[in-house]
Amino acid sequence: MKRIYLDYAATTPVDERVIDAMLPYFKENFGNPSSVHGFGQISDSALDKSRRSIAANLGAEPSEIVFTSCGSESDNLAIRGTAFSRRKQFGFNHILISPIEHPAVQATADQLSALHGFEVSYLPVDQLGLVDREAFENHLREDTALVSIMAANNEIGTINHLPEISEICRNRRIPIHTDAVQYGAHHEINVDTLGVDLISLGAHKFYGPKGVGVLYVRSGTKLLPTQTGGSQEFGFRAATENIPLIVGMAEAYRLVQEEGPSRREHLIPLRNQIINFVLDEIPASLLTGGSLQHRLPNHASFVFENLDGNLLVQVLDSEGFACSSGSACKTGDPKPSSVLTNLGYEPNWALGSLRVTLGKDTTQKEVDQFLEILPGCIRRVREVSS
Amino acid sequence: MKPVTGSKIVVGMSGGVDSSVAAALLKDQGYDVIGVMLRLWSDSETENRCCAPDAQLEARRIASQLDIPFYVIDAQEAFYQAVVQPFIDGYAAGNTPNPCLNCNRQIRWQFLRSRAKALGAEYIATGHYARIESSENGGYRLLKNPDPDKDQSYFLHVLTQEDLSQTMFPLADLSKPEVRQLAREFGLAVAERPDSQDLCFIGHGNYRDFLRKVNPSSIKPGPILDLNGSVLGEHQGLADYTIGQRKGLGITGAEPYYVVEKDFEKNALIIGFKIELGRIGFYAADINWINGESPSESISADIKIRYKSKAMPGKITPLDNNLAQIDLTESLPDITPGQAAVFYQGQVCLGGGIIQREAL
Repeated sequence: MKRIYLDYAATTPVDERVIDAMLPYFKENFGNPSSVHGFGQISDSALDKSRRSIAANLGAEPSEIVFTSCGSESDNLAIRGTAFSRRKQFGFNHILISPIEHPAVQATADQLSALHGFEVSYLPVDQLGLVDREAFENHLREDTALVSIMAANNEIGTINHLPEISEICRNRRIPIHTDAVQYGAHHEINVDTLGVDLISLGAHKFYGPKGVGVLYVRSGTKLLPTQTGGSQEFGFRAATENIPLIVGMAEAYRLVQEEGPSRREHLIPLRNQIINFVLDEIPASLLTGGSLQHRLPNHASFVFENLDGNLLVQVLDSEGFACSSGSACKTGDPKPSSVLTNLGYEPNWALGSLRVTLGKDTTQKEVDQFLEILPGCIRRVREVSS
Repeated sequence: MKPVTGSKIVVGMSGGVDSSVAAALLKDQGYDVIGVMLRLWSDSETENRCCAPDAQLEARRIASQLDIPFYVIDAQEAFYQAVVQPFIDGYAAGNTPNPCLNCNRQIRWQFLRSRAKALGAEYIATGHYARIESSENGGYRLLKNPDPDKDQSYFLHVLTQEDLSQTMFPLADLSKPEVRQLAREFGLAVAERPDSQDLCFIGHGNYRDFLRKVNPSSIKPGPILDLNGSVLGEHQGLADYTIGQRKGLGITGAEPYYVVEKDFEKNALIIGFKIELGRIGFYAADINWINGESPSESISADIKIRYKSKAMPGKITPLDNNLAQIDLTESLPDITPGQAAVFYQGQVCLGGGIIQREAL
């Protein structure tokens, strides 16, 4: 059975060009960039080149690019690092986040609250997951240490209007972080247009390798390191730099800039075809998250009433199609996704979620084949779901 | 009827050697095998032992080695309704229920078969030691495994013709050493793990602690009486005792006392000497005849009153309302209301029912 992958928001295959760029740095050029000798210098040069490349593609300075091990680590460093720094400098203890953040943000804020006495409050969002600008302003406090709002949601694909929100933060001199792991995989970012102070990116969402990420730190933003040790990455992140993965991320991100418009042009009609088909053909189905305008170009997400989303993903897999569900859990203990319940979906809808995310190499034929089997799979799962 | 080669079959996998070898045999025979473990309800203290994390890990590892997909399907609510609630209610009614029977009927077959159908599989398979055979009239018969220590037909007597028509038992007549040998041949390094574990849903405590927690009124002290009605002592709750039990009564007499009866109306535990213990006949309810038809008159059969007890010859007289009267050739000391009585003729398992408290 040929298997078709429709879960590109979970991860992507590494682009051939990225593999080619990485290969020399596993074996021939293996030096430690901190070393004085020639081996070290070759690696240091590759590190510098990668940093400059990513900085240029973000409209940032190289000194603002911190390499990490993944998007989650970038989120941790941004939130912990800023929270502790702002407390140390000003005694500020308030953290403001949206209620539909990625667990890397949510759980970090939870721990800061539970163990370190920070006060976390949540911004109101509408049913699409969009943060309301006016409500936002009312939630800022004198002692707000940090704001974090994701650029685009992994589960429901909604893209927030960050420039408007970041402008408010800039005027109030409050650091704002965004998890752009999903957004940055599809849209070119200019740090000044986006206006935020901290941006998390993860390479494996855009055909780069797993195990490497970036935190953009706007010059002047103070944060304390969460991983202490040597002085690598401007003292923000101690560890010998993983040169092959960093080189791979830089190449993969260069391709996002170069091919972004053509990738979107390819993805959007396929995505719209899936959305229109499901809403027209599947009874008791809803699109979750953003409208077609405020939505990731590869992202279609739904809820189906009275359907076991976990079982649907298993049934689709047994038909050869890899998708995901917000309530899916490989240990068989599904819970309604907190994103959907926080957006107001009742459990009989929230348990029946399905996410279909496309990739640059997804074909029209694959989408047609998927839509051919989908209604039958949903019917079969509905027959046995209580 | 065997399914055609290449068709999808869902195999219930426990991570143990039996179900792993069952999956490997089917894969070897050219079927499109899907491994499934059901996530069952558990007391809050711990994971259900039939799908504990280490069992899941083992099953996942075996599935990956066999290159078959593996899914854990949520059956927690269905399991609670079909197995746990009747278990609680059974003790409250003074019985000693056997939850594995309800689990087999409603979860491991009815529920799993429905999910298998959604997955596109008409057949399910398990690692039970028993055999299914097509009979002359087009139906299906359930046969014992020749090894009396491994034969699991006792727990399978609840299956219907429809169940059997869509079930495979790849281990069939194999012996445990043969299954272990096959595991070695398939290169499967699996530990021994029973396919079903009695009271899998109860955590670290025992079932008495569980009942005390969920239904305290089912466990209240009452008198211990002899057969004449004289009070000999006090018991701590009828659920603590089972018919034929000798240990733990704390009452000394001319000879050892045994639990003879549990009088639920009076909340009394009736004890007596060995000679007073035992019944030669009883009623069984909820009779399932595997061939789908109750005999029109009494039949002779071998009757097993516990999984591990020897079958004893006797007579089964079908009555109305799925009841039957069972007359054994000799009295047995441990006939326990709530447990199953299972009927055999030779190697064929005819069916069975639940032993009732009411005397003949």
